[in-house]
Amino acid sequence: MADNSNNINRRKFLREGLWGACLGGLGAAAGLTAARNNRDNMVWQIDPNLCIQCGNCATYCVLEMSAVKCVQAYALCGYCDLCTGYLVPEPTALDTSAENALCPTGAIKRTFVEDPYYEYTIDESLCNGCGKCVKGCLAFGNGSLFLQVRHDRCLNCNECAIAAACPSRAFKRVPADQPYLLKGVERTQ
Amino acid sequence: MTRWARIILFTSTLLVPSLDAWGELRFPPPEFESGYQFPQTTTPAARPVVYEYIDAAVLLAALSLATYLILKRRSRRAVYVLMISALLYFGFWRDGCICPIGAIQNVTLTIFDSSYAIPITAGIFFALPLVFTLFVGRTFCGAVCPLGAIQDAVLIHPVAVPGWLESGLRLGAYTYLGAAVLFAAIGNAFVICRYDPFVGFFRLTGNWNVLIIGASLLLIGLFIGRPYCRFLCPYGVLLRHASRLSRWRVTITPNECIQCRLCEGVCPFGAIREPTGDWPRGEYKIAKRRLALFLLLLPVLVVAAGWGGYTLKERLARVHPRVRTAERVYLEETGKVEGTTDASNAFRATGRTSEELYQEATAIRERFALGGALLGGFLGLVAGGKLVTLSVRRRRTDYEADRASCFACGRCYQYCPKERERWKQGKEAVAGR
Repeated sequence: MADNSNNINRRKFLREGLWGACLGGLGAAAGLTAARNNRDNMVWQIDPNLCIQCGNCATYCVLEMSAVKCVQAYALCGYCDLCTGYLVPEPTALDTSAENALCPTGAIKRTFVEDPYYEYTIDESLCNGCGKCVKGCLAFGNGSLFLQVRHDRCLNCNECAIAAACPSRAFKRVPADQPYLLKGVERTQ
Repeated sequence: MTRWARIILFTSTLLVPSLDAWGELRFPPPEFESGYQFPQTTTPAARPVVYEYIDAAVLLAALSLATYLILKRRSRRAVYVLMISALLYFGFWRDGCICPIGAIQNVTLTIFDSSYAIPITAGIFFALPLVFTLFVGRTFCGAVCPLGAIQDAVLIHPVAVPGWLESGLRLGAYTYLGAAVLFAAIGNAFVICRYDPFVGFFRLTGNWNVLIIGASLLLIGLFIGRPYCRFLCPYGVLLRHASRLSRWRVTITPNECIQCRLCEGVCPFGAIREPTGDWPRGEYKIAKRRLALFLLLLPVLVVAAGWGGYTLKERLARVHPRVRTAERVYLEETGKVEGTTDASNAFRATGRTSEELYQEATAIRERFALGGALLGGFLGLVAGGKLVTLSVRRRRTDYEADRASCFACGRCYQYCPKERERWKQGKEAVAGR
């Protein structure tokens, strides 16, 4: 039938046109995004100034043990004997005994430096990112302890599960070549 | 400096309680006498970007290989091996992130949020399967997608889904796509990632609710082939329509169809279409009237569904964390609830007034009013369009794989006697050499 073959031609023309438009559209979109794309990947990080230590980091991470850990900005630390990030509010003694430790996993190590100063370091394999120490340090200390996403552990999910649950919107996408939002400045002596 | 300026400066320091802003510390760091060195805060580097390029290269290689195996080699066994390898690499090794399905949201966010720049690999993951589909059909679905692979691997006893149910349930995928784009654009949420049913299996850990959804989908998938792909996958919607236009595609028979009907009903995904003739004489008139009715109904459906979407704006907006915070703060300030939440505390700590927050929430609700109307209109268009296409009869002389629904898994090849003949000839040619 003559008009039937016409019909098929028209359909073919439409299909070819649409096909070309789709491919062209994809190409144009690729070109446009290439103009403002980010060569580097984006990774998730916590802005320590917005963090309220709610404890979600410990529970919402898709990893069994959260990729968020407490880190110590040594330059800001007061090296206090009575460290409110290390000791429970009313400690029976200012020592390393377990009943006085605030950290539920015992991830903070207290070492004597010189009288009356103590160094506090975090054992990241034990830290679960609950932020209890961060809260204590901010409340009565210098705020040298803070939470950060550790990128040797983070899976870099397309949408971070903790970010979705963060009540203070402290989670941000940051460029992968500067993946930390550290507090204070590094200081050497 | 004048006296007044000094007084103002002094009082303003009292008003600002922030310690960091002024570089003051409650306990100044000690000056050590024992030669103590301040340790540096360690910063383990992120995954090097070169790995992302390797992922993209693996995707390109897998898609090319899949295309060769499906269209040229026509071997289901080889496709199966590739599918399982892709499941192991993209699923279990790469932990299922990033995938083309989720990349829809990155692309959407790039369009709507000027401060977000799409990582180059997310762009590649989004575009590459689409480009391949425009040329060769859904070879990505058949052999490369880890979500498809995990469902394909558990399919043991396929049960046919009636056509009307299939079309109806497919609306789920369109809804999911529309909602994902809407929430990524203005809702500050990546719902596809949040409710990815299988990523928990790839990582062997995850949110329990989502793991249960994934487990139920796999259970359903024992009998109904690839339920996520057919009824939910938002990327599948894009691939369906790209596949309609594809240059080359899966053909059940390698050369000519002899109408033996052996392939009838063997597709576990209901993608094999039977030959059809013209409308029977008596039905043609009714069908014509039905088509006219559905064409008239189409704009009505679009407007009605658009209105429905508009009325959902309050509920849709609640996905946005700012709106939820604003509602909570409002309840607290009017004394309708006792106590505060983490979110409302965090908001108060920023020192902004609740009026600002309410205004922000209202602006977001307005955006959701438009977005909801567009989403509803889109769904109305999809449903109406389906009604229209159902009342048009396409002429087919052979058994064919449906361009849109075929996942290019290659199962049907082995049922075609012409294909078997080809194998035999190939074997004889090898033996005779």
